[in-house]
Amino acid sequence: MLSEEVTKHIGQGAGAAVAEVEKGAIKRFADAVDDPNPLYWDEEYARHARYGSLIAPPGFFGWPAKLSRGATFQRPTDVSDAAESRGDLGAALAQAGYPRGLDGGVEYEFFCPVRAGDILSAKSVIKDIVEREGKTGSMVFLIVETTYHNQNGALVAIARATSIHR
Amino acid sequence: MAKQLYWEDVKVDDEVTPLPKMATSLMLVKWAGASGDFNPLHYDDSFASSQGVGSRIVHGALKRQWLIQLMTDWIGEQGTLKKFSCRYRAMDWPRKMATTGTPEEGETWYCRGKVTKKYVEDDEHYVDCDIWIENGKGEVTTPGTATATLPSRG
Repeated sequence: MLSEEVTKHIGQGAGAAVAEVEKGAIKRFADAVDDPNPLYWDEEYARHARYGSLIAPPGFFGWPAKLSRGATFQRPTDVSDAAESRGDLGAALAQAGYPRGLDGGVEYEFFCPVRAGDILSAKSVIKDIVEREGKTGSMVFLIVETTYHNQNGALVAIARATSIHR
Repeated sequence: MAKQLYWEDVKVDDEVTPLPKMATSLMLVKWAGASGDFNPLHYDDSFASSQGVGSRIVHGALKRQWLIQLMTDWIGEQGTLKKFSCRYRAMDWPRKMATTGTPEEGETWYCRGKVTKKYVEDDEHYVDCDIWIENGKGEVTTPGTATATLPSRG
């Protein structure tokens, strides 16, 4: 049974951030993946292609607005209300015997393209915290949902990330 | 870019064009910088060992992006990825570097997929796929699903 100290976080905000989708950041991201798609690299090509400008690969929402998982690497100046609530939750999970977290997976829904120069707003909510028995003992699944909107107020994407704590 | 795929060209059980990938220490460091995930689990062997994973492991999110590339390469510029999911079921360990630019001999990973369903909804032409990453032993470490729309010849 998870303690109130852990479960009280369900439904709570888990951070918000605003990030510009910089061209250079798109290229560094595509380079790290080793993805040569000219829609991420070649401005001239992209201008005459489907989107009329460079786009970001699905799954890239501007650095460092990657709130759907872990907040420790966020720059505090770009992020509001994340660190404190996550710090509390991390401590409560450690207290409950789950000191280590690993990325478990993600689900995305994509609604519109992300173009170079877009300003994205991301907002995360803790959707669920569930304890389960696995083959190697009990684990906690933490599900954080992040919603991304662009500068025109259009819904860009929803990400549901699962982290597994043991 | 490969030739554009059309919805009419696709059948259930068709293979998504496989995408080979090679994780190296170098790639993991690039990914840390590009994604903003500076967890030392992915570049510091002593820390990784203390966390019980042996040595540095490949970021789940990097494997996610490999699978996203599998889909965006296959559906082409006129295709649109609508939904995507993956689970980091098993860990992967990168090849270490032999020289500043060349990795040691070792595993190559394959991103693969298969069409599970095709349908039309609100005039959009959809395909659903099972997708996954196989390690060098052919074990699936990262299973997932994807839904995309493709252009139609109408």
